[in-house]
Amino acid sequence: MGILRTFALGGIHPAENKLSSNAPIETIAVPKQAIVPLGQNLGAPSKPIVKKGDMVKVGQLLAEASGFISTPIHSPVSGKVFKIDNAIDGSGYKRPAIIINVEGDDWDESIDTSTNIVSEITLDSKEIIEKIKNAGVVGMGGATFPTYVKLMPPPGKVAEFLIINGVECEPYLTADHRLMLEKGQEIIIGTRILMKALNVNKAFIGIENNKPDAINHMRELVKSQNDIEIQTLKVQYPQGGEKQLIKASVNREVPSGKLPIEVGCVVQNVGTAFAVYEAVQKNKPLIERVVTVTGKAVKKPSNLLARIGTPIGELIEFAEGLPDNTGKMIGGGPMMGKAITSLEVPIVKGSSGILLMKKDESSRRTESPCIRCSKCTYVCPMGLEPYLLSAASKLSNFEMAENESIMDCIECGSCQYGCPAGIPLLDYLRLGKLKVGQILRNRK
Amino acid sequence: MDNIIIIAISALGGLGLVAAIILYFIANKFKVFEDPKIDLVEDALPSANCGGCGFPGCRAYAEATVKSAKENGNLEGLNCPVGGNDVAQQVGSILGLEVEAKEPLIAVIRCNGSSTNSPGKVNYEGATSCAFAHALYSGEGGCQYGCLGLGDCVDACDFDAIHMNPETGLPVVNDKCTACGACVIACPRDIIELRKRGPKEKRIFVSCINKEKGAPAKKNCAVACIGCGKCDKVCNFDAITITSFLAYIDFSKCTLCRKCVEVCPTNAIHEINFKPRKPRPEKPKIEAPASDKSVARKPAVDSPSIPEKPAEKKVIGQEAKPTEKVVEEKTVDNKDNKE
Amino acid sequence: MNKFTVSGSPHIHGDESTKKIMYGVVIAMVPTMLFSIYFFGVDAIRVFLIAIVASLFFEWVIQKYLIKGALTINDGSALVTAILLALNLPSNLPSWIIIIGALVAIGMAKMSFGGLGKNVFNPALVARVFLLVSFPVQMTSWPKPTPITDGLADVITGATPLGILKEGLGAGKTVSELTPELPTYTQGLMGEMGGSMGEVSALALILGGIYMLWKKIITWHIPVSMLLTVAIFSGIFWGVDPEHYADPVFHMLTGGMLLGAIFMATDMVTSPMTKGGQLVFGFGVGMLTILIRMWGAYPEGVSFAILLMNSTVPLINKGFKPSRFGKI
Repeated sequence: MGILRTFALGGIHPAENKLSSNAPIETIAVPKQAIVPLGQNLGAPSKPIVKKGDMVKVGQLLAEASGFISTPIHSPVSGKVFKIDNAIDGSGYKRPAIIINVEGDDWDESIDTSTNIVSEITLDSKEIIEKIKNAGVVGMGGATFPTYVKLMPPPGKVAEFLIINGVECEPYLTADHRLMLEKGQEIIIGTRILMKALNVNKAFIGIENNKPDAINHMRELVKSQNDIEIQTLKVQYPQGGEKQLIKASVNREVPSGKLPIEVGCVVQNVGTAFAVYEAVQKNKPLIERVVTVTGKAVKKPSNLLARIGTPIGELIEFAEGLPDNTGKMIGGGPMMGKAITSLEVPIVKGSSGILLMKKDESSRRTESPCIRCSKCTYVCPMGLEPYLLSAASKLSNFEMAENESIMDCIECGSCQYGCPAGIPLLDYLRLGKLKVGQILRNRK
Repeated sequence: MDNIIIIAISALGGLGLVAAIILYFIANKFKVFEDPKIDLVEDALPSANCGGCGFPGCRAYAEATVKSAKENGNLEGLNCPVGGNDVAQQVGSILGLEVEAKEPLIAVIRCNGSSTNSPGKVNYEGATSCAFAHALYSGEGGCQYGCLGLGDCVDACDFDAIHMNPETGLPVVNDKCTACGACVIACPRDIIELRKRGPKEKRIFVSCINKEKGAPAKKNCAVACIGCGKCDKVCNFDAITITSFLAYIDFSKCTLCRKCVEVCPTNAIHEINFKPRKPRPEKPKIEAPASDKSVARKPAVDSPSIPEKPAEKKVIGQEAKPTEKVVEEKTVDNKDNKE
Repeated sequence: MNKFTVSGSPHIHGDESTKKIMYGVVIAMVPTMLFSIYFFGVDAIRVFLIAIVASLFFEWVIQKYLIKGALTINDGSALVTAILLALNLPSNLPSWIIIIGALVAIGMAKMSFGGLGKNVFNPALVARVFLLVSFPVQMTSWPKPTPITDGLADVITGATPLGILKEGLGAGKTVSELTPELPTYTQGLMGEMGGSMGEVSALALILGGIYMLWKKIITWHIPVSMLLTVAIFSGIFWGVDPEHYADPVFHMLTGGMLLGAIFMATDMVTSPMTKGGQLVFGFGVGMLTILIRMWGAYPEGVSFAILLMNSTVPLINKGFKPSRFGKI
């Protein structure tokens, strides 16, 4: 069965609320108008190559990468480009986007739309990386870092292990869970493709212990394969954080300020592995993804396969409508997701879920003075002291914040979750990180 | 018994004398030479230690001026905004240099997205920090260029010159402003600008920095600048430039003729401390809600505390036609500026 | 139109609150309060009531009229301070002295530092030491515990076990000569010995401690390191010279040792933030207590020891940081 691995420092146990874990993935219809933002990855936004009035097909290139840390964007729908204009994103800021009026559902001829599984990997490492780059695959766990960049370690660094993140430690989200249950074989092939690209001969797939069906299913699939190992991980937040996962999986600690490649590891989400399979074996660029629509008041918590660019309002309609007493809409999970301002916001490459919270769950607690109970320090997975960093940031003492390693913070929210006094620790931590980051950039 | 007292006095006295002599010689040996002018200049400065000059404290600025006078023979690039021209003259005379008078500046809030003009569409909960809210989302009113109202500028001010108006959610600058620039740096959206105070404190500026096209801009805020260009067309002094659907008035070219204020369709251009205009036949226009710190061309809505002023107090030459709107405009001006 | 709320993550929170923690401590003190009422009768009830009412009143007055800030008497922190103060006092203390104690605890030791969470010293202990030094006679005429079931007799005063020990050793007697005057272990455990209201029953205190450990209000580090230090240090001296030094169990059961270890030293506001720091803190308190008990002028040293260690907490916090993840 395997031992229950976990990370050593801190961690919390929020209620899991996996309301949609039994809902099989359903495909939602293409929208009438798709809003495709040009900035869907960490790094530089992409440059559009189509213009107003152009007819596009599904999978056709809409925008090319602009720089090293950037990816191309492909059309998720077929139709006519209505305009290239600023459209609202989750935070309420307007960013450039390509808006397409949808007509039909014509796919580009090069894409293999058949349902059969292609297991043989014919390309070599360089070709695989090139194909992943051209397909616009980014980290599907939410960070949206261009995947092909992770597959090219800088000179001097060698990858030893590939770790696939099937943890899904955020409460409410179940997209990865269903993906493993229903597309397990494709994920394994995707893992092999990534292993070949990185030239490693051992991969681990970490899954939290609250998904026994997924663990068993994946174990079955890799029964005879020694180089891919399924690891059962203890249910603890933030088990899915990159650094915590590496610690739990191979017991190595990524040094402060460095990337996982420093300890020879590359981490990819299961959704990314699936997207890699589709890109390399089916010539299908990243144009759709599984999104969980959930919440205590949602009538039909679902996992929906939606095209990128679909306004979230349509996904909520599919889940039988916006509940009346909705106080907050969250893009992502409740611990690290972002509050969304409007129903017109589109699904992007990094949208893992839409969580609708009732009015009585939406408000923060009233803040009261810090009683120095130290709970924030006990739960911080990075070994920081949130009470100190938050107070330093509030008082603009950024020098102290920097010395106390504020830049190590992974913004998981465990500190604020457990604070008995209701202090907005993460707000001030983020402010501190912002300011210290500016100071560090100016110093260079 | 007496011996003891004499012995005590002479022993301690002698010890003190020896210590004093040692200290005297050490003080002289390790003395650091400091130009005595630095002390004189420092005394002339306002001692606010605000950093508006760009130096860490008044002493550092004094050192810099003395150094500049010695090395360059002038005070180029050195300016104490808090002290203004008076202090500049004093410093100049201490150092024996000619100092030219500078235009006094004041901080100007270039946003009028109050809670009435730009009503809140979402509810914000979280840290009371503009820097944080700016990184989090666009703002309660929806305009991503508009004031967030959480008071980073108020916290930054050392001179008690800027305060938040709780009814509108916008900051208000009063006369204590020394144009040190702290609030300009503190605002994450660059809403505050240092502009000329103007003759008799009269100034005109575009109270908006929204760079969106007209339609989306007005959707979020009723008094946004839509970049229509009417002000540019009517300006005879080439003072207005329109870039990215936003008008900007160059205060060095502006002659305060107020033509642009009249033609702006959204009342985005504000005039401060002007005499009331000649009453004109009213043109049918969009009713814009009252802005707080400046004059709207339309009658001010809700000014309960403003007393009626007799018509005779108006400027000589103007027809004494006491229309309510004109009287209210005049008093709104003065009151707002005294805040 | 329904207005959505926008805030930074996380959007959920655990169900802990300051109020729950404070009232948890109050519940943990209930066994001790009951035992003290059993042994000291109506007087005990009087002391509790006066301490509680006075503390809440002073906090309310200061917040409403002096600070003009938010009223927080509901959060339970003043109640905890009041009960802890009462447990540190002899049950025959005049009421006006109790009120002064409440004023010192709330006004001087808590509010003047900035209110909840900002005080350096444990407020109840500051008040107790203040009263001890200002009113030494009233603060040291300890009533003999008479179970309430024996009827409401007149209060007889006597010395505490530590007082007997100190005086006796100072007069030249040995420990075995003093033993008949000292309580047995059972008496110490159950509470039949002289002392302040909270010092008497070790059993009740331990029950409260277990409750707080279960509810995760305190961690084991401070009580264990403090008691272990006391046991080892006093044990060494007792082992070498049992006639002039009392045994470790005696030290643990008498005086304010258990009250201090379980309730006073573990006060969150005034104790270190990391587990390593807490172990050092406990060690320091234990050492200082034994030093004062053995060689100091006072028979009991827990209050002073805790206050002295409170002053070192900022330094301990600076020196003992949690182990950082990925420290190079």
